[in-house]
Amino acid sequence: MAELLRTEHLSMEFGGLRAVSDLAITISEGEIIGLIGPNGAGKTTVFNVITGVYRPTTGKVVFAGDDITGWRPDQITERGIARTFQNIRLFETMSVLENVMIAKHVRLKATLSEAILGLPRYGKARQQHYQECLELLEKVQLDDVAFEQATSLPYGKQRRLEIARALATEPQLLLLDEPAAGMNPQESLELMEFVKRIRQEFDLTVFMIEHHMEVVMGVCQRIYVLDYGVTLAEGNPEEIQNNEKVIEAYLGAVDIDA
Amino acid sequence: MDKHAKLKFILTLLVVLVSFGALYIAQGTMNSFYIRVLNLAAIYAILALSLNLILGFTGMFSLGHAGFMCIGSYVAGILTMSPASKEIIYFMEPIHPLLANVQWPILPAILLGGIIAALFGFMIGFPALRLRDDYLAIATLGFAEIIRIVVTNVIPITNGALGLKNIPSVDSLLVYWGCAIVTLIVLMRIINSSWGYAFKAIRDNEIAAQAMGINIFKHKLLSFTIGAFFAGIAGALMAFLITSIDPTMYRFTFTFQILLIVVLGGMGSLSGSVVAAVIFSILMEVLRFVEQPMNLLGLEISGIPGMRMVIFSLGLLLIILFYRRGLMGTNEFNWNWVLNRLGIKTSHQGKRGEAN
Repeated sequence: MAELLRTEHLSMEFGGLRAVSDLAITISEGEIIGLIGPNGAGKTTVFNVITGVYRPTTGKVVFAGDDITGWRPDQITERGIARTFQNIRLFETMSVLENVMIAKHVRLKATLSEAILGLPRYGKARQQHYQECLELLEKVQLDDVAFEQATSLPYGKQRRLEIARALATEPQLLLLDEPAAGMNPQESLELMEFVKRIRQEFDLTVFMIEHHMEVVMGVCQRIYVLDYGVTLAEGNPEEIQNNEKVIEAYLGAVDIDA
Repeated sequence: MDKHAKLKFILTLLVVLVSFGALYIAQGTMNSFYIRVLNLAAIYAILALSLNLILGFTGMFSLGHAGFMCIGSYVAGILTMSPASKEIIYFMEPIHPLLANVQWPILPAILLGGIIAALFGFMIGFPALRLRDDYLAIATLGFAEIIRIVVTNVIPITNGALGLKNIPSVDSLLVYWGCAIVTLIVLMRIINSSWGYAFKAIRDNEIAAQAMGINIFKHKLLSFTIGAFFAGIAGALMAFLITSIDPTMYRFTFTFQILLIVVLGGMGSLSGSVVAAVIFSILMEVLRFVEQPMNLLGLEISGIPGMRMVIFSLGLLLIILFYRRGLMGTNEFNWNWVLNRLGIKTSHQGKRGEAN
């Protein structure tokens, strides 16, 4: 398996606070990797650094051979990394389909003047994106609500729409920030299956932050554990479950029976 | 495709033809005062539409509109005045020799007014659009004032505080409303295009828009520049409507009048802006009586200039308190609504038809 994402000596400081410290992550193509850690461990910061929201204090991020450190978020998205957010960030005034179509804007091969004049190149490109997005919505089973207002959807579907929107950017790597947050066990189970399925169907590599242990252990092949910005452990679910340091720092003194 | 698409297209065409017909008839029958009010309404409509693109659709709180308008007015004024009147008017300092003998026709002058304003919009937007919300409002307000003060002081070009007089007068409804209709159509097409959705995405959630691959700064600058362009056009029209301009016209209070129209019509509704602009300019005339001396139950009140704006301010307060969405909210005029009222059933979601 070819390496897709690598971080080298990645650190992120906010004033005196070291949110991420000397992080080294390697992700190969096709993997599903988990990132766990107690609250405030710096997990979302890792995502923000990878996607260019923050510029790392030191270190670099290499994606598919390109050093993407310091790139703008939109450039990184175009390069092939898509993400979802911990707190849902949909475009409230738009329909489900329109939300997904936003992702196609950068792929539009026409100019604004062509759009204003209604020239066929724009119309065709737009129509093609419209079809693609409808098909995408079908694949994620949101086609029945394609014309509903995005914010009128139930919570679980809003989460799925966020993932669909990320998929529409045609990514190689998908970063999911707590996709199962606020879901009941049944919904989390469905989400797990969903993530596995889209990885197959869209030929993706997935990197996810998650608190639901069943989800992480059930779906991830390898897991990184973060605590106070420091990598505590790395390994497959079994190794992580039996890692003393992890049990102590993250799961506390409570026994886990998985 | 939508079953009623054809019908709607015909209806739209009909409305456009009827309105041009109405303009033509009005031109022949109405007295010059009414025509002037209508022309002013067209200018306000263009201003409100362009500010709505920036504020309502892209979510940038910009208060620099008077500045862009000022540029449009001066460019159009200087380009169209006759060399003879330039010689008379520029008596403090003679006009710059390069400009002394130019006399352009009206339409190219309007266009150039827009283009120069857009250029300034681009230059101002470049540093200012790194800010947002109140900070952006303060910065753009400042830039607009800078424009006004520069205009007051480059006397060989603008004739300073004395302003320009004898700008050729245009009173054709077709010119003013023609420009307004073109503005409306262009902005409608932008709003409904992929770019329009990108603007709205930035307004709704900047971080998510960026994560969708949209270059925020580029799109904000684009929206801002287009807005400045149309503000410049409106400024040029203003110069032809009142024929004498001076820098004090373009104080920031003028921006607030436009802001009032945008809020009244609904931030994020183009049709709302047009309707509100017409209502506003008519009310501005109708309410003139409140500034006249009057006798209230035996109480003599001498005329108070500016009383009209007090009434508008109260109106704005009431809107913000009780009807925040304005006349139209973020809705647009659409034929489905009209057809349903007329008893012709259309599918409730026009777009669903397209999907099937």
